[in-house]
Amino acid sequence: MTATTAAEPRAAERRHGGRRTVNTLPLVAPSVIVLLLWMLVPLGMTIWFSFQRYNLITPHLRGFVGFQNYEFLLTDPALWTAMLNTLILVGSVLAITVGFGTILATLYNAHFPGRSIARLLVIAPFFVMPTVSALIWKNMLMHPVNGLFAWITNSVLGVGRIDWFADLPLFSIIMIVSWQWLPFALLILLTAIQSLDQEQQEAAIIDGANPIQMFWYIILPHLGRAISVVVMIETIFFLTIFAEILVTTSGGPGLASTNLAYLIYIRALLDFDVGGASAGGVIAIILANIVAIFLIRAVAKNLDT
Amino acid sequence: MKQSPRARIALTVVGWGVALIMFFPIAWMLLTAFKTEVEAVSSPPSIFFDATLENYAAVQERADYVRYAVNSVVISVGATLVAIAFAVPAGYAMAFFPTKRTRGTLLWMLSTKMLPPVGVLVPIYLLARDLSLLDTRVGLIMVYALMNLPIVVWMLYTFFKELPRDILEAARIDGAMVRDELRYLVLPLSLPGIASTALLSIILCWNEAFWSLNLTTSDAAPLTAFIASFSSPEGLFWAKLSAASTLAIAPILVFGWMSQRQLVRGMTFGAVK
Repeated sequence: MTATTAAEPRAAERRHGGRRTVNTLPLVAPSVIVLLLWMLVPLGMTIWFSFQRYNLITPHLRGFVGFQNYEFLLTDPALWTAMLNTLILVGSVLAITVGFGTILATLYNAHFPGRSIARLLVIAPFFVMPTVSALIWKNMLMHPVNGLFAWITNSVLGVGRIDWFADLPLFSIIMIVSWQWLPFALLILLTAIQSLDQEQQEAAIIDGANPIQMFWYIILPHLGRAISVVVMIETIFFLTIFAEILVTTSGGPGLASTNLAYLIYIRALLDFDVGGASAGGVIAIILANIVAIFLIRAVAKNLDT
Repeated sequence: MKQSPRARIALTVVGWGVALIMFFPIAWMLLTAFKTEVEAVSSPPSIFFDATLENYAAVQERADYVRYAVNSVVISVGATLVAIAFAVPAGYAMAFFPTKRTRGTLLWMLSTKMLPPVGVLVPIYLLARDLSLLDTRVGLIMVYALMNLPIVVWMLYTFFKELPRDILEAARIDGAMVRDELRYLVLPLSLPGIASTALLSIILCWNEAFWSLNLTTSDAAPLTAFIASFSSPEGLFWAKLSAASTLAIAPILVFGWMSQRQLVRGMTFGAVK
């Protein structure tokens, strides 16, 4: 479709030459200007603050301190704990959602009775607001005394009760976030599978490919692009996982479930340390940009204007 | 694909099994909303019980629940309208009058989505405070509109590009002006596209829980913040929490089911088709 649709308007352009010199600037400019402000002003301020001593409790002691905030942050073990937690959180949830998402996408692409209803049920968690899902898991499933899991592990399995958020805080949060985002990976990957060439699949079956061979040699290579897109989009969202932590563990016990986003929140809104929080913000922005460059490239490849 | 009967049965069992496991936490919440507080925390968990509607009544009676719900509606719809008002002209111009800069502009707009909110939490918080926009609906509407603007522009752009060119060409020959063309042709023809874009934007605003938790405290706090306020108190409140949560997620769940396709289109920016 690229060749024809791209050529048509240009042909029309020539036909109605005068009509085409429409000045599009006033139409596009408002969106560009507000987005430019939305991006540049806070970005500039974050970078500026990150070189300042600036605490909201002692605002009069404000001044330029060079890289002191970064030095302080980079030598603070809390940052490295938070970074490690961020990496574990992002990595684990990515592995779970993309791994199961791929398998489930293949499953829900196959025909079985009631498939469309089953699909609706599977994708439902993605539409539940993060604070609600965190509280369902915290209170009704993972509560150490009255939760459903406690009843299962204690009365059914007989292994006693597990205090999920005290003993396995990061693991518990990984479970909640995976539950929320598995539907997203599934939806994207299912869309990608549905665009797979039917004839190619049928040819493979005629040639005697079994379902596992089908998956490895036909479906998985086709999904490569979609998987990388899912990985990139999810990474950007997972760098800012916040509500799930705030509602369940508040980053604890200690720093056991504090990620970079939560650390910045603590520094900024609880310790009022604008400079230190901004230095953390700059680190988060750099991390996200490493991913974003690849994502933009993937999108650009598919963009025909 | 031909399936053997046995494979078909296995597929059905696994497909439904996974679906029920994934949906279980939501189903459990729906069930708990109809229990009394005592039954809600009983061990072993009660599955058969006398259903009660008293939790819903209790939630509705609390004036503050209504206020949070109204905030959610006003903020989600408001931000969506603002974003669409900005995005329609931009998407129209880029779809119908592409220039050398269009491609770059679209990609740049997407790149603004890549800035992690936590990276700009401090300046946005301070700006909101200095402009007296902290804990106001207007403040959150502005943030959400800007947050979703790239997605909205992108989706409208793709919908506009799919419009039948012939009709527009005919209108131009008849001497239609840009404004008329937009108003009488482009907008009515792309109404389904605009509606589904709006739906996705509302879903994203409704469930947003980073800015709403950090920029609001009470007056403008939407349902995400209301539900989060239940995180600390221990006690007999699970059934009421479930009822409040059910009311908070039900409309969006239905919207979400309706707009699955647009979600894929909007959130991957066309990188997955």
